[in-house]
Amino acid sequence: MSAGAGATATAAVATPSLRRVRPLTGLRATGIAGMVSAAVIAVATFAAIFGPLLAPYNPNLPNLSLAWVGPVGGHLLGFDFQGRDVFSRLLAGAQSSMLGPLAVVILSMAAGALLAVFAAWRRGAADAVISSGLDILFAFPGILLAVLATAVFGAGLTAAAIALSIAYMPYVARVLRGVALRERTQPYIAALEVQGSSATVICVRHLIPNMLPLIVAQGTIMFGWAMVDLAAISFLGLGVQPPQANWGVMISENQTGILQGYPLPALSAGLCIVAVVIAFNVLGERLFAQAQAAGR
Amino acid sequence: MLAASLLIASFVIFAAVYLAPGNPISALSGGRALPASSIRILEQRYHLNEPFLAQYWYWLGNVLHGNLGISITLRENVSTLISQRVWTTAGLVLYASLLILVFGIGMGIVAGLRPGFLDTSTLVVTAISAAVPAFVAAIVLILVFSVKLGWFPALGNGTDFVSNVQHFTLPAIALAFSALAIVARVTRTSIREESDREHVQTAVSRGIPARQLIRRHILRNAAIPITTISGITIASLIAVAAVVETAFSLNGLGAYLVQAAESKDLAVVQGISLVLVTAFVLVNLLVDVLYALLDPRVTLGSRAQ
Amino acid sequence: MSEPLLAVTGLTVRLEVSGAKRAVLRDVTLSVGAGEALGLVGESGSGKSMTARAIDRLLPRGAEVDGTIRFDGRDVSALSGSDLRRYRNQVAMIFQDPRAHVNPVRRIGDYMTEALQTNLGVPAAEASRRASDMLSQVGIDGGPRRLRQYPHELSGGMLQRVMIAAALLTEPRLLLADEPTTALDVTTQAEVMAILDELRHEYGLAMVFITHDLELAAAICDRTAVMYAGQVVEVRESAQLHDDPLHPYTAALAAARPDITRTAGRLRAIPGRPLSAFEAPPGECAFVPRCGYALDACREGLPEITELDGGLSRCVRARELRGKLGAPANA
Repeated sequence: MSAGAGATATAAVATPSLRRVRPLTGLRATGIAGMVSAAVIAVATFAAIFGPLLAPYNPNLPNLSLAWVGPVGGHLLGFDFQGRDVFSRLLAGAQSSMLGPLAVVILSMAAGALLAVFAAWRRGAADAVISSGLDILFAFPGILLAVLATAVFGAGLTAAAIALSIAYMPYVARVLRGVALRERTQPYIAALEVQGSSATVICVRHLIPNMLPLIVAQGTIMFGWAMVDLAAISFLGLGVQPPQANWGVMISENQTGILQGYPLPALSAGLCIVAVVIAFNVLGERLFAQAQAAGR
Repeated sequence: MLAASLLIASFVIFAAVYLAPGNPISALSGGRALPASSIRILEQRYHLNEPFLAQYWYWLGNVLHGNLGISITLRENVSTLISQRVWTTAGLVLYASLLILVFGIGMGIVAGLRPGFLDTSTLVVTAISAAVPAFVAAIVLILVFSVKLGWFPALGNGTDFVSNVQHFTLPAIALAFSALAIVARVTRTSIREESDREHVQTAVSRGIPARQLIRRHILRNAAIPITTISGITIASLIAVAAVVETAFSLNGLGAYLVQAAESKDLAVVQGISLVLVTAFVLVNLLVDVLYALLDPRVTLGSRAQ
Repeated sequence: MSEPLLAVTGLTVRLEVSGAKRAVLRDVTLSVGAGEALGLVGESGSGKSMTARAIDRLLPRGAEVDGTIRFDGRDVSALSGSDLRRYRNQVAMIFQDPRAHVNPVRRIGDYMTEALQTNLGVPAAEASRRASDMLSQVGIDGGPRRLRQYPHELSGGMLQRVMIAAALLTEPRLLLADEPTTALDVTTQAEVMAILDELRHEYGLAMVFITHDLELAAAICDRTAVMYAGQVVEVRESAQLHDDPLHPYTAALAAARPDITRTAGRLRAIPGRPLSAFEAPPGECAFVPRCGYALDACREGLPEITELDGGLSRCVRARELRGKLGAPANA
C-alpha cells in the first residue's frame, strides 16, 4: 500500500509534454446507462427548443367543456383542468423547465469556477477570505433563498434562478477549488510560470482545460438539482407563473385532479421531471467517475 | 464561524427590504396603499429615517428580544404566528428524519455488508428515488395511499397525537423519499471503504469474530461520514418542508412562508426566513459537534469535507 | 528431526486480477522450527507478503489455494470456528505500516486488549494490566496513560512497538513479521529490530521475518529463504548466505549492496526488473533473463529443488556453481 506511493510520485514528474490536457473520454465510455441518459437528455433538449412548434394542439387555449377528459383520439394524455391538451402542454413546458436549470448551471458554474481558480491560484490570504465567504453562503439552502428573492423582487423565473445560482455557487467552488489546488501544484504549471507566461494565460489555456472533465461532470449533476429546485419553486407558485406552460406549474395546477380521480395530467408532468432528472444524475455520476479516474 | 454565518444571514434577510424595487415603505406594505398614520407608524417602528446600519441594529435588537414585527395581512405579531405553526414543521421534519435515519442508513448498511442482489437493487432504487422531487412524491403518494387505498388522509393537520401521525405520515415519506437516496449511498460507500481498511485485516488476523468486527471496526469508523451526511441531509429538509407542506395543505412555517411571499408580507417572510436559517445553521453546528466527538483526530470546527 | 512448528508444502496461490486468475505463489515450500527465526527475502512482487498472508489465512476473497500449510501438525486450511480463532492466537502477525493497521478511532488500550478479552475471556482490568506490562517490555513507559491515548498521538516507531506488544499479548508461538521496519527511519528501525530480537529469545518464539533487505534478515534470522517470482529459490543458513550462496539470484542480491569498506567504480545492479509470479514464463526458470549463468538447460522446465549442504536451491546448476557464486571480485 505505502510502497506504491513512491512509484506514483516519480510517475507524476515524468509528464512528457508541457501542455497536459486530458481529453474527455468518449460518451461510449459511460456505458449503456450513460448513453441512455444522454439520449433522454437529447430528447428533452429537442422538446425544449422545438416544443411549442411541434405541439399538435394549442397548449394555452382553455376549453372548460373538455376539462379532465381522458385520452381520446389524437390526445394521448387527455386534457388538463382547463381543457387544454396535456401532451401539447408538456411539449411547450419543456422550454421553461429546461431553460431555468440551464441558466442556473451556467451562472453558478461560471462564478464558482472563477472564484475557485482565483482562490487556488493566489492561495494564502485571498484563498482564506474566499473560502470563508463561501462557507457563509452555505448557510442558505437554495429554496429558501429563492423564496426570499421572489418575495422581494416578485415571483418569476429570473429571481428564482439567480437566487439558486447564488446558493449553489459554494458547492461548485468547493469541488473545483480542490481540483484547482491540486493542478496548481503540478510541475508543468511551475514550468510555465518560469517560462514567463502570465497567470491569466496559464489559467485559461492550461489550468481550466485540465479541469474541464470535472467541470462538465459537476455541471451535469447540478442541472438535475436545479431542475428539482426550480420545479419546486414553480410548483409553489413563486417561479414560472400560470398560465405559462411549465412542468412544475402543471403539477400544481392539476393537483386537484389527483383527488378527484383524474391523475394523468399531474402524473405525466411529474414523470417528465423525474425522467430528465434521473438522466442527468446518472450521466453526471458516470462523468464524475471518469473525471476522477482521469485525474490520477 | 457559525455565529458569523448567522449574523451575515440576518443582515441579508434584513437588507432584503431595501433591495426591493421602490422604497422601503412600499416594500413593507407589499405595494398596498396606506393611510398616512400607518406610514408614520411604520417609519417609527423600522426607524426608516435613520442611517441604514442603525436600522439594522434596531431590527437585530428586536429580533433577539423575540419581536419580529407585525404581519401586514393578518395584523398580528409575527412571533405569535410563527409559534402557532412551528410545531407542525418541526414535527414533520423530525418524522422525516426518523424515516431517513432508519431506512436510509439501514439500507446502506445492508447493501454495504452484503454484495450481490441486495446491493444492486439498493443502487437502482436510490438512483430513482434521488430524482423524485418531494412534490412529485407527494402527488403519487396521495394518489396511491389516499385516493386509491384510503389508508391515510390526504390533506391537513390532525387534531390529536394519533391523528397527527396519520396526517403526517405521507408528507414525511414524501419529504424523506429523495433524501433517503444519498444517505443510503454514502452509508454503503463508507461501509465498503471501511471494510477494506488495513486495520480490519489486523483484527481479522487476531481472530476477532465477525459480529464484533463489524460493530467495533467497520460501523464505528463508518459512523463518521454517515453522521455527517445524515446531518447535512436533515438540515436540507428544513427548506424542502415548505414544498411538502404546500402539497399536503399542512399548516406549517414553510407553507406560510410561501403564502407570505406571494402576498408580499415582508415582515413575515423575514421572520420565518430567520427562523429557518437559524435552524439550518444549528443543525450544521450539531453535525460539527458530533463529528468532533466521533473522530478523536479532529478538533471542533475543522470538519474536513 | 522433530516435526517443524510450521510446514508449508507446495503452496500455490492464484488470485483474481482484472478478471483473470493469476498465480502469485508457485509451489512454495518452507518450514520453521519451534523457536527458530526464518528470514523471507525478496523484491516487490516476489510473493513474500502473500506467503505470510496465506499462512495467516488472510488471503482476499476468491483466492485459490493449493498445497498444504501445517501448523503443529494440523492442516491450517481445514480449521474453522473456534479452532481457527485459537490458531490465530497462536500465530501473530505484525504489519508494515502501523498507522494504517491500527484503528484510528479507538484507544490504544482497546486495540491491545481486544483479542485478550474477546478470544481468551480475560477480564478487562487484568487485560489492561498485562497490556501495560507488555508496553514497558517494548520500551514504552507510562503504561496506563498510554493505554488511554489514541494512535494519532503516537509516533510511527512507537506505534510499531505497540503493534508488537499487542501481538505478543496472546502468547503466540509463531510471529509473522511483514516488513515491520520498512516504513520507519533508520534509527527507529534499529531500536525496533533490537526489541523484536530480544523478545523473541525471551519468549522462545518462532518467527518468519519478511524483508527486502538480505543483510537485515541474515542478521537476526537463523536461516534465510529467498523468493523470486512467487517461488522460493534458496533456503540457507544465514551465516553462509553471503559467502556461499546456492543460487545466482541470492549472489546477485548480496553483490548489489554497496560495501561500506570498499570503493567501487560502479554499483552492481541486477539488469532487468523483478517479475511477479504471473509474469514469469511457466516452463523455465524465471530468473533466466537476468542471470549471468543461464544455459539452455535452464529453459527446459521449472527447476527442481536441489538439497545441498543443509540448504535448498532451485538452480539447475546449483551443484556445478557451488563455491563460485559467493564474494564477488572487484568491479
